[in-house]
Amino acid sequence: MAELSKAYQYLLDHQAEFWQNVGTHLQLSLAALALALIVCVPLGVLAAKRQRVAQPIINVANALRVVPSLAILFLALPYLGLGFKPSLVALTVLACPPILINTYAGFRAIDRAVIETAHGMGMAKAQVLRLVEFPLALPVLLVGIRIATVEVIASASLAAFIAGDGLGNFIQVGFAVRRPDIMLVGTVPIAVLALLADALLAGLQRAATPPHRTR
Amino acid sequence: MTKPPAIVVEHVSKQFAGTAQSSVDDCSFEVTAGQLIVLLGPSGCGKTTLLKLINRLYEPSAGRILLNGTDVMQLPVTNVRRQIGYVIQQTGLFPHMRVEANIAVVPRLLGWEQPRIDARIDQLLELLDLPNDYRRRYPRQLSGGEQQRVGIAQALAADPEIMLMDEPFGAVDAITRARLQEELLRIHRKLHKTILFVTHDVDEALRLADKIMVMRQGQIVQFDTPLALLTQPADQFVASLVASGDMLRRLGLLQVGAVAGPFDGNRMALADAPRVSVNGDVRAALSLLLGSGADVLVVVGDDEQPVGMLTFDIIQAAIRQSGQPPVGGR
Repeated sequence: MAELSKAYQYLLDHQAEFWQNVGTHLQLSLAALALALIVCVPLGVLAAKRQRVAQPIINVANALRVVPSLAILFLALPYLGLGFKPSLVALTVLACPPILINTYAGFRAIDRAVIETAHGMGMAKAQVLRLVEFPLALPVLLVGIRIATVEVIASASLAAFIAGDGLGNFIQVGFAVRRPDIMLVGTVPIAVLALLADALLAGLQRAATPPHRTR
Repeated sequence: MTKPPAIVVEHVSKQFAGTAQSSVDDCSFEVTAGQLIVLLGPSGCGKTTLLKLINRLYEPSAGRILLNGTDVMQLPVTNVRRQIGYVIQQTGLFPHMRVEANIAVVPRLLGWEQPRIDARIDQLLELLDLPNDYRRRYPRQLSGGEQQRVGIAQALAADPEIMLMDEPFGAVDAITRARLQEELLRIHRKLHKTILFVTHDVDEALRLADKIMVMRQGQIVQFDTPLALLTQPADQFVASLVASGDMLRRLGLLQVGAVAGPFDGNRMALADAPRVSVNGDVRAALSLLLGSGADVLVVVGDDEQPVGMLTFDIIQAAIRQSGQPPVGGR
C-alpha cells in the first residue's frame, strides 16, 4: 500500500512526463496495429481463397509467433537505429500472427453454400467480399484483433529499452534506481489500458455477431 | 410471332476437370414459360449441375442455353443471375442480415429505390404468410420452415420470370415440407413463374411437377408428365424409381372430376353419402370410400352442388384406363 501511495505521489510530481509517455505508448500501439491490419487482413483473405499459398503464409505467421519481441527489437537496431521505428517494427511483427490467423480462420469458416448463393443471386466478386464474406468473418477477425491489441499494449513497454519511450520508461527508470513505486507508475496504467482496449473490442465483437435463436 | 420457350437447352455437356465422366452429358430440352419442371434422380445424376449451368454458376463444356431466346453466354453473368430467382436449402440465407435485408438483396443490386423495396418486402411477407414483424429478425431466429419461406421471398424479390430451386425443402420436417409444397403450388398458380425444381424425393416430384425430367448419369432418361412416368416409364430405371406399379400413387395423380361417373339423382342412398370435391384426387376419395364404409361418394362442384359420383367400380375402371396414354388427368 505504501508503494502505491508513493507511486501516486511520483505521478503527481511528473504529470507532464506521464501523459507524454501515455501518448507515445498509445501512438506506438495503434500504429503497430494499423500496420498489422493493413498487411495481414489482405494476406489472410488471400490464404483463405488460395489453398496453395495458405500453408506457407500460415507457417510464417506461426514462426513469427515464437520469436521473442525483445529479439526482434535488437535485431532491428542495426537497420533502423534507436527509438520509435524499430519499436514499431517489433510490435507490428508481434501483432501479425493473431490477426493473420484469425482472418484466415474467419473466412474459411463461412458456409460455402452462402457464398454460392451470393454469386447465384448476381453479386459481383467484390460485392460478395464486401456484403457477405467480410461481415461474416468479422466476429472471428475481431477476436484476433483483440488478442493482438492486448499483446501490443503490454509489449510496447519494451520500446523503452531502445529509447522508443512510452510507459516502459517508468519501468526502466524504476528498475535502474531500485524504486518499485516508479515501476508501478508504468505497469498499472499499462494494465489499465490493456483491459480497457480488451473490453472495447469485446463489445465490438458482440455487436458484430448476429443474434442466435432467442425464443 | 410466338414467344420463344422460356428455357432452351441444346446439347449441353459439363465435364469437370479431372473427371473421366461428364456430369451432364449432351442434354437437350425446352421448357414452356409458366411450367413447373422437376428434375428428379439419384444423387450424383447431374440434376444440380444442370441447374447451375442455367444461372452460370457453372459454364457448359459444350452446347448452349437460351433464356427467352437469348444465349446466356452473351449476357454479363451478374445480369443473368439477377434475372433468375435462386433458392437452395435454408443455409442460403445470409445469417448476418435481417429478414428484410435478405429479401432486399437482389432489388438493391438492381438499384431499386428504398420505398419500392419496402413495399415489395411487405407484399412478399404477406404472400408467404409471414408476420410483418419478422422483417427485423435474423434468419437464425426463425424456424426451418420460416427460413425456407424467406428464401422463396428472397428469390421472388425482383419478380424474376424464372426460378431455380435446388432441393429447397430438403432440410425441413415432413409436415413443414408438405405445407411448403402446397405454398409453392399456390404461388405458382398465382404468379405463373417458370420453375426448375431439383429433388431426389419422388413423392415431392409427383406432387409438384407439370413435367418431370428423370436423370441418370448425366443424361435425361425421360421428360414427361407425372402420370405418363407412372403409366409409361421409358425403361426399368424409371419404372423402379417412380414405382410405377404403385396403383395408389397413380390414383393420387388422377382428379376426381376426370373419372367421376354421371350423377344419378334418383338413388335414395345418395342423400347421406359422403361428399368429395371435383378438384380432389382419387386417392383421397378412395381413402374416404374405404374409411366411411359407404359404397358410393357424391362428387360436388365448387358450389357444393352434386355433379357426379364415384364407386369402387368407377375407380377400378379409372386405374385400368390410366394404363393407356394419359387422358388429361392433369
